[in-house]
Amino acid sequence: MDFHVSLADGRLDLKNPVLSASGTFGSGLEYRPYGDITMLGGIITNGLTLRPCAGSPMPRVAETPSGMLSAVGTQNDGAEHFVREILPMLPWQEVPVIPNLNASNVDEFSELASILSAERGVAALEVNLSCRNDHRGGQRFCQNPVTAARAVNAVKRGAGNKPVIAKLSPQIMDIVEVARAVEAAGADIISCIGTVQGMAVDVMTRRPMLGSVIGGLSGPAIKPMALRCVWQISKVVQVPIIGVGGVRTARDVLEFLLVGAHAVAVGTANFSDPGTIFRIIRELPALCEELGIDDLSRFRGSLEA
Amino acid sequence: MISPVRTELTVTDNVPFGQPVAGPAGVYRFYALTLERPAWKSWRPGQFIMLRPVQDSEGTTWARPLSICRVTSQSLVLFFRVVGSGTDRLSRLKSGDKVVVWGPLGTSFEMRPDTPTLLLARGVGIAPFAGYADVHPAPASLYMLFGHALPSNNYPTDAMAARVEMENLRDRTPEELEQFHRLVRDKMLEYKEHGGMCLACGPMPFLKRVWERALELDLPTQLSLEERMACGTGACLGCTTITSKHWPDPVRAGLPVQTCTSGPVFWASDIDLHAVLPAERRA
Repeated sequence: MDFHVSLADGRLDLKNPVLSASGTFGSGLEYRPYGDITMLGGIITNGLTLRPCAGSPMPRVAETPSGMLSAVGTQNDGAEHFVREILPMLPWQEVPVIPNLNASNVDEFSELASILSAERGVAALEVNLSCRNDHRGGQRFCQNPVTAARAVNAVKRGAGNKPVIAKLSPQIMDIVEVARAVEAAGADIISCIGTVQGMAVDVMTRRPMLGSVIGGLSGPAIKPMALRCVWQISKVVQVPIIGVGGVRTARDVLEFLLVGAHAVAVGTANFSDPGTIFRIIRELPALCEELGIDDLSRFRGSLEA
Repeated sequence: MISPVRTELTVTDNVPFGQPVAGPAGVYRFYALTLERPAWKSWRPGQFIMLRPVQDSEGTTWARPLSICRVTSQSLVLFFRVVGSGTDRLSRLKSGDKVVVWGPLGTSFEMRPDTPTLLLARGVGIAPFAGYADVHPAPASLYMLFGHALPSNNYPTDAMAARVEMENLRDRTPEELEQFHRLVRDKMLEYKEHGGMCLACGPMPFLKRVWERALELDLPTQLSLEERMACGTGACLGCTTITSKHWPDPVRAGLPVQTCTSGPVFWASDIDLHAVLPAERRA
C-alpha cells in the first residue's frame, strides 16, 4: 500500500503522513539515537526567530493529566545559526525539513521567510500564528482573520516557491473563519492545532508550576479539540491539513485522516517515549490492513457523520 | 559522548529502603529498583536514564529521570524517593514488569585517581555516588560527607561505606542543617588546600551553597543538577541551566543550555545558579 502524500501541487512530497510537530523533536538531530529520522514523513523543527532568543524563565514545563504545559518562549539561536550550523547536518535530501517561523511583526516574518526559503535544504515553511508562549505576550496573529492573513501574506512574500504552512491556534471564536482567511492569503497547507493556554499551580508552595505562570497545553488532553478543528476546517477549505494534537498511536493518525487531515504531526508523545514516532510509522501499515484500508486518499475525510 | 539507546527492560526487584518516615514534605518513602542490565556499550557515573512503565495509562505524560545508582554484571540499580504521582507509580512496579528506558544520558563525574576527591551528597543525591565508588580505581582517594534528614538506613549507604570513608550527618532541624553546611564549607577549604576536587549531588538549595563556596575558594567542583525534565533528549528545552562567562563554547556563555544533554554534571565555574533569564538576547 502506498503511504506517500503529495501536498501543495507536488511541491511537498511526504513518504508517509507522519511528521514531527514543532517544539517536540528538536531539530531532528536529537532523535537520531532512537530511530532512523529519514523514515519520517517530514521534520518540523523547533521554533525559530529572526534573532537568537534566550527564552522564558524556569520552570518551563509541567506535567498535567493526559498532557503537559510548556512555556519555553521560543528559545533558539536564530535563523542564521539554523541555516549555517543545523541544516547542513540534517538529512534534508531524504526527509523534508520544515522550519517553524515565529515573529513579532510582519516584517520579521518576511525576512525570516527570505532567509530560510533561500536554502535548498528547506522543503517548506510553517508559520506559527498562535501564541509564542512567552512572557512578553507579543502579537497573536491568529486572534482574528485579518492579522492571520497579514502574517501569511508576509511569509508568502519571502517564501519564493516554497510551500507555506499556516499553523492555527484553537483559541479563537471561529477557527473556520481564520482558516478561510489564511487560505485566501495564499497558505498552501494548514496545520492545526497549536497549544491551548492553561495553568497549573501548587497549593503547598502557593506558586505556579511555570515561571511564566501561563503556558501551552499539549498532549492527548487536547486531541478531541484538534479533531474537531480539523473536521470543521476540512469542510470549508481546499488546501490540505496537517492534524496536530495528542497523536500517540497509529490509530490516532487514522482518526485525524478520517476527519479530513492529509497528514499528522506527532508532538508531546515524542517526549513520553523517544521511540514513539518511529513506532507509529512502523505500525501504520499493519493497522491499515487490519481495518481494511487500502487507499489513504479514499479513506481521508470518509467520516460518516 | 556515549550514544544513548532506548530499550525495554524487565524489573527484577523493587524494594522499599528503610521505613516510611514523616518528613517536612509528607511521608518519605525510598525504593531501590533493580532492572535487568541494559545492553549498553558503556556508561559513566553521574549519567542518568529516563524510565517509564510500559503499561502506563494515558494520564502519565512523562518518563522520570533517575540517576544511575549502580550497574552490576547482571543489573541496573536505581534509587529514588517517592515525591509525586510519577514516582509513586514507579514504587508499585513489581518483579517481571516491563519498563521503557532510554540512556545512558548526559555528562558524568570527573574521575582522577591521584586527586583527593570530596564527595558531597544530601538525601537521594547519594545515588550516583554508589556507582562512582564502585568503578573508581582508587577509592582510598575518596571521602564522602552525607547529609540526610531521615535515618541512614533509608539510603544506600552500606555499599558506599564498604569502599569509601564516609561521614553521615542527620540534618533534620535547621540547626543540624546549618551544622552540615558548616562542615561542608570547612571540608571544601581543606580540599582546596590539598589540591583536591569536589563532586556534589543533592537538592538545589544545597547545591547553591556548594556552588557559592566552590567559586569563593576556586576549588574544582562538579555539581549534578536536578531539573524537571520532559524528554531527556534535549528537545523540549524545559530543563535549562544558565551558563557563566567561563562556558567552554563562548557563543553560549551566559545563555541557557539543556541540563539533560549539557549536564546533569557541570563544573561549578561553568554555570551561574544566580542568573535570571533575560527576555531576549541580542545577536
